[in-house]
Amino acid sequence: MIHFESLRSLKTGENATIFKVTAMGEMGRRIRDMGLVPGVSVTMMGRAPLKDPVEIKLKGFNLALRNNEADHILIQQPEINSHDC
Amino acid sequence: MIVDNIRIALAGNPNSGKSSMFNALTGARQHVGNYPGVTVEKKWGQASLDGLKIDVIDLPGTYSLTAYSQEELVARNFIIHEKPDVVVDVVDASNLERNLYLALQFMELGVPVVIALNMMDVATDKGIEIDAEKLGKLLGVPVVPTVARKGKGVKELLAVAAETAALKQGWRSLDISYGSDVDQALQRLVGKFNGQSLAWSPLSPRWVGLKLLENDPEVMRQVQQDPGLANELGPLQTELLDHISKTLDDDPAGVIADYRYGYINSVYRQAVQETRQQRLEVSDKVDKLLTNRLLGPIILLAVLYGVYEFVFWASEAPVGWLEGLFGWMGETMSATLGDGLLRSLIVSGVIDGVGGVVGFVPIIMFMFFAIAIMEDSGYLARVAYLLDRVLRSFGLHGNSVVPMIVGGGISGGCAVPAVMATRTLKDPKARLATIMIVPIMNCGAKLPVYVLLISAFFAAQQAEMMFAITLISWGLALLAARVLRWTMLKGESAPFVMELPPYRMPTLRGLLIHTWERTWSYIKKAGTVILGVSILMWAMMTMPGLPEDQAAQWDSKIQAAQSEEAKQVLEYGKGQAELGNSIAGRMGRGLSYLTAPLGFDWRTNVALVGGFAAKEVVVATLGTAYSLGEVDPEEAGSLTQRLAKEPGWNPLMAFGLMLFVMIYAPCFVTVAVIKKETGSWKWALFSIAYTTGLAYVLALLVYQGGRVLGLG
Repeated sequence: MIHFESLRSLKTGENATIFKVTAMGEMGRRIRDMGLVPGVSVTMMGRAPLKDPVEIKLKGFNLALRNNEADHILIQQPEINSHDC
Repeated sequence: MIVDNIRIALAGNPNSGKSSMFNALTGARQHVGNYPGVTVEKKWGQASLDGLKIDVIDLPGTYSLTAYSQEELVARNFIIHEKPDVVVDVVDASNLERNLYLALQFMELGVPVVIALNMMDVATDKGIEIDAEKLGKLLGVPVVPTVARKGKGVKELLAVAAETAALKQGWRSLDISYGSDVDQALQRLVGKFNGQSLAWSPLSPRWVGLKLLENDPEVMRQVQQDPGLANELGPLQTELLDHISKTLDDDPAGVIADYRYGYINSVYRQAVQETRQQRLEVSDKVDKLLTNRLLGPIILLAVLYGVYEFVFWASEAPVGWLEGLFGWMGETMSATLGDGLLRSLIVSGVIDGVGGVVGFVPIIMFMFFAIAIMEDSGYLARVAYLLDRVLRSFGLHGNSVVPMIVGGGISGGCAVPAVMATRTLKDPKARLATIMIVPIMNCGAKLPVYVLLISAFFAAQQAEMMFAITLISWGLALLAARVLRWTMLKGESAPFVMELPPYRMPTLRGLLIHTWERTWSYIKKAGTVILGVSILMWAMMTMPGLPEDQAAQWDSKIQAAQSEEAKQVLEYGKGQAELGNSIAGRMGRGLSYLTAPLGFDWRTNVALVGGFAAKEVVVATLGTAYSLGEVDPEEAGSLTQRLAKEPGWNPLMAFGLMLFVMIYAPCFVTVAVIKKETGSWKWALFSIAYTTGLAYVLALLVYQGGRVLGLG
C-alpha cells in the first residue's frame, strides 16, 4: 500500500499528479467540472493569508479551493512515484 | 443558402471572453431581463450579417451542464425547450481542455454546436499552437478562431453559425465511451425506452440514461412524470448505480467526468502543440504580490477603501444636480398649484418619490462601474480568496465584503447598490445572508440621525461614538449572518472551488455596457414599486388632515399672530398637530405602549415610521413632531438643543435610539431592491421583520439594562 497525500499537504511551488478524487455529490462534481481529475498535474501556487483557501495551477489556469475541498483530492508526488516504479 | 430568423445561443465558461463576444456580435442592440422564475440574468440582442438579422441569446456563463446550479440548469433548459438553431460555444483557447468540457456536454446533448476558439492571441503568447481545422475534424463540429476583444473572426463566426443553422441538421448526440461498465449500464437503460424515445425528442435516450447515472435531479423529476417509464427505469437506475460504485469504487458521476476528460485529452494532444514549458506568467507574478500574506490584505483594504471613496466622490456632484433638479421641480409645482392636498401629493408624494429613485442612480452607476473594473480585471476573485476564511466563519463568502463595504462598512454607504452588488456571489445561501445583513451597515442616510443624537448627548466623545457605531454595525451584521446561517439559511455552504482568472486590462466598452445595463435594470424594476410606496408613505404622514374646526382654529390664530416669529411658532404647532393626527401619528401613539420600555414616546415613533421612507427623514420628522418645522437633516442645530433639554431624552435613550435606527427596517427602496434581487416578497418582508425585531430587543436591553446599572 502506498500512502497518498491530500492536495492540502502540497507545499508552495511543489508539483504533483492527481491520483483520485474522493468527493461525491455536488462538491465532487464542482471539483471535476473544473478539471481536477486523475492524471492531471497540479502546482501549489500559494495560500491565502490565513492558510485557507489554497491557490493551485493546473492545465495553465489558476484555481482557488478551500482546504476541506483539497482534502478530497489525493495526489501522488513525483518522488513517491520514482520510489514506486 | 441562408434561412430567415436564425437564433443563436451563446454559451461558454466564465472568463472565456463570452461577454466580449456578445458585445462584439450585437453591439448596442442589447436587452436585459430575467429568466422566468429565477434571478438569473437573461441577455439577448441582434447581430446582422449581410443584411440578415440574427437573434443572439446570451446564456449564463457555466463550466458544466449539471442541474446543481441555477445558471447551468437555466442554460440547459433553454437549449432543450427553446431549441436554438445553433449553440455558439465560446472557448478560451489558452485554457482549452477545461473549456472543452462544456463543449463536449453540448455535443452529448446533441444540439448543433459551433466552437468559437477565442483568445487565440493569448494562446499564441503562451506558446500554445492549436490546429483549429484538425480540432474541428476531431470533434465533428465547426471551429472558428476569434479574438472577441479586438473583433477578430467575429464575422467569420457569424457566417459559420448561419451556415450551420441553415443546414437544419437536427440534433445528433455525440456518443463517446465512458468505460465498459457505464457503457453497458447505458445500453440497459436505453433498452427500456423502446418506442418511447420520440416523446423525449430532441433528447436522446442515451443522454437521459447518462443523466440518470449522474443522478441528475432535474432529469429524474422529468422521468417521474411518466409513471410507466419511471417504474422501469427507477429500480434499474438504483441497481446500476450501486453496481458501478462497487466495481469501480468511485462515484458514477465521477467516472463519467473522468472519461469525458480522457476523451478531451486525446483530442487535445492531437490538435494542440505546446511549444513552451509552463512558466510563471506575468499574471502569476502580480498574484504573488496581491495575495502576499502581508501585502495582500493591506492592498485589499486600500482597494476597498478606494472603491468606496471613488463611488461617493464621483457621485456627489450628480446627486447634487439631481437633488437640485427635483427641488426646483417641487418649488415650481408648489408655486403653480394652489395650497392643498393635490399640491402636497404631487410635491411630497410623486416628485420626492421619483427623486428618491433617480437620486440613487449616480451612486449605483459608479458603484457598478467600480465593481465592473474589479470583476473584469480579475481582482474580485482575489478579494474572495483573501477574505474567504474570515467571512466563512460567519457563514458568508469571501466576496460578501464588497456589498458590506458599499452598504456602509465605512460610514456613509448605501444599501441599495450593496444589495445589487451581491450578484457577484455564487453561493446562493451566502448571497441571501449577505442581502439580509447589508441593511444593518451604516448607510449615509443614518448619519444625520447619528450626528443629531451624538451632538445632543455625546458632544464630548463625538469621534469615539462614531467609531463605536461603525464597529457595532459590523459586529451585528456578521453575527446576524451567523445566526441566519444556523437557522433560516441552514445548510452547507456551496463548494468554493473558484477560478482565479488571469489579470486583464478591462475594456472601456465592456465596463460601460456592464454599468449601463445594471443601472437601467435598477431604474426599471425599482421605479414602479418605489413610486407607489412613496405615495403611500406620503398619505400616511398627511392624512387624515385636522378636523375642520381645529384647522380653522389654528388658521385664525396664525392670522392673528402679532409678529413673524409668533406666526412661525404657530405654523410649526399646526404642523405638529397635523402630524399627530395623521395615520403615522396615530400609529406612533398606538405603538407607544410597546416602545415605552425603550424610552421612545409617540414623537420618536412617528419619526421612526417616517424613517421607512429614508432614514434621514427621522430627523425631519422629529423636527415637525417637536414643533420646530421640518428640520433640514444637514442643519439640525435647533433640534439638537431642543432634544438635549427635552425630558425623557437622555444619553442612554439616545444610544438605544441610535442602535434602533441602525438596525430597524431597511428603507423601502432597499426593500424593493431586495424583492427584486431575491425574487420573493417573503425575503423582502423578512428583512423588515427580523431587523425591527432585533432593533427592538437590543434597544430594550440597552435602555432597561442601563437603567438597572443606573446610567439612565
